[in-house]
Amino acid sequence: MVENVVELVKKNFPDSVLAVNEFRDQTTLHIKKEDIVAVCTFLRDDEQCKFDYIVDVLGADAYTPENRFEVIYNIYSLPYKRRLLLKVFTDEADLHVPSVTSVWQGAEWPERETYDMFGIIFDGNKDLRRMYMPEEFEYYPLRKDYPLMGVPDSIPLPRK
Amino acid sequence: MNTTLHETETQEKNKILAALEDKDTNVQFADALENEMVLNMGPQHPATHGVLRILVKLDGETVAAAVPELGYLHRGYEKLAENCSYHEFIPHTDRLDYLSPLMNNTAYILAVEKLLGIEAPRRTKFIRVIVSELARISSHCLWLGALAMDIGALTVFLWTFREREKLYDIFEKLTGARFTTSYTRIGGLEQDMTDDVKAMIQQFIDQFPEKLDECERLLNRNKIFIDRTDGVGVISRNKAVAMGMTGPNLRAVGIEHDLRRASPYLVYNELDFNIPTFDGGDSLARYYVRINEMKQCVRILQQALEKIPAGPIHAFETKKVLPRKQRIYTKMEELIHDFMIINFGVEPPVGEVYHAVEASKGELGFYIQSRGEGHPWRLKIHSPSFMNLQSLAPLIQGRMISDIVAIIGSIDPVMGEADK
Repeated sequence: MVENVVELVKKNFPDSVLAVNEFRDQTTLHIKKEDIVAVCTFLRDDEQCKFDYIVDVLGADAYTPENRFEVIYNIYSLPYKRRLLLKVFTDEADLHVPSVTSVWQGAEWPERETYDMFGIIFDGNKDLRRMYMPEEFEYYPLRKDYPLMGVPDSIPLPRK
Repeated sequence: MNTTLHETETQEKNKILAALEDKDTNVQFADALENEMVLNMGPQHPATHGVLRILVKLDGETVAAAVPELGYLHRGYEKLAENCSYHEFIPHTDRLDYLSPLMNNTAYILAVEKLLGIEAPRRTKFIRVIVSELARISSHCLWLGALAMDIGALTVFLWTFREREKLYDIFEKLTGARFTTSYTRIGGLEQDMTDDVKAMIQQFIDQFPEKLDECERLLNRNKIFIDRTDGVGVISRNKAVAMGMTGPNLRAVGIEHDLRRASPYLVYNELDFNIPTFDGGDSLARYYVRINEMKQCVRILQQALEKIPAGPIHAFETKKVLPRKQRIYTKMEELIHDFMIINFGVEPPVGEVYHAVEASKGELGFYIQSRGEGHPWRLKIHSPSFMNLQSLAPLIQGRMISDIVAIIGSIDPVMGEADK
């Protein structure tokens, strides 16, 4: 069933799909960063896709010189009961990724969390603040170059 | 004279305003204290049983705007996971949603097993279903008690805690711990379920429906309870889907979405149960959904106890499943495998998987990226409470301040896994 969706996306966006990854019965589509909103809108609205439900938006740090950061969209179709993962890549030099909050409102908090943990800036998210860490915290804790023990004095202790 | 008085007044006002605005937040409120007041509710508010802070702007007693703030329980589990072996992370999953640790153990281990491409034996699958459903009852029981208590009916809270006490006795006998169970292992379980435990579970489900009925009798026709929940915290069907609401809260807007049916895992496709849904989308609908879910849990448990086969509980995958202690001490092969698994971890293939289960609060999923090492490269916890709390602000907007407590209570008062 998901194969049809992949074919549909490939047909409608021939230049946007960079790769299709299959692992353990799970399909991941690699999408060009600029086209992610268009692809997502198509996936939500098309009668044969109907991915109307956003499960999660998450980041990952591949720690490579190029395409260092990945943003993964975990979407689900409630009518057809199927799941699809979308992936876009972004670089350290250009941390901007278009926000999908215009497609699924529920992406707002997951995007905030990804921003908090990796510093990826989602253009179009109206409330892009830190989710867990304090607002004046300078680092992005889930990046691979952030030490497990934390950075001393990065969070001020409460004064008496 | 007048101007200086005015100035000191303004300074005074600014001082209070500065004190009200926490430095951790950059929420701007125009002319607070003119006729609207900003109130910090939580993070340690007795009515929010988890650690949640809500900034509410009040106009009289009506909520004009609300901003939920998370992060007061953030423990950085995703960072820790990148430095743990797959086995070492199991105890951390206990602490995610601390009302249903057994469910979290199961959810995590299913994701790891999917990544490894192994499957647990049939008996283990049944035991995992049984512990998951027991955990669901335990979680829903606290939910029910806490909601009723927040509304003012203290008796229900005591009654549901009496039931949870029985469940904890079962968990203690089954896993050796009441709260932090760490019960599952890759390809198996920490220990088998004995006949004693089976009898205890049977005894529990024989009497539980009656006790649940007693609680229902206190609430279903209780005017105060109905007034406080009926039509309170309403969310429309479309909005709930768009906001990514999950679990019983999604089923309370009339959407029959349950991962146990939508993408069956373990042995759920062999068991007969219904998915209760209600249309209201308000606190009362969420109450009915959960009450009916507990009844379905009892049905599932009854069938699982009848159908559970005898047999091994560990998959025959010597390089992935921890060997039994008894054999480690007596056999060379097992000693080597134990050494390798403990020191270097199981080494899954390169790839990424996402596996989700229907936990008591909704879709609990684990996304794991593996680079073929003994520890995950990236592990993401998809927590249901996180998505449910996202819809909190629109739910409480326009309601009275006393409804905030009832609405948090109806969504779920414990959000241990929202903060990771």
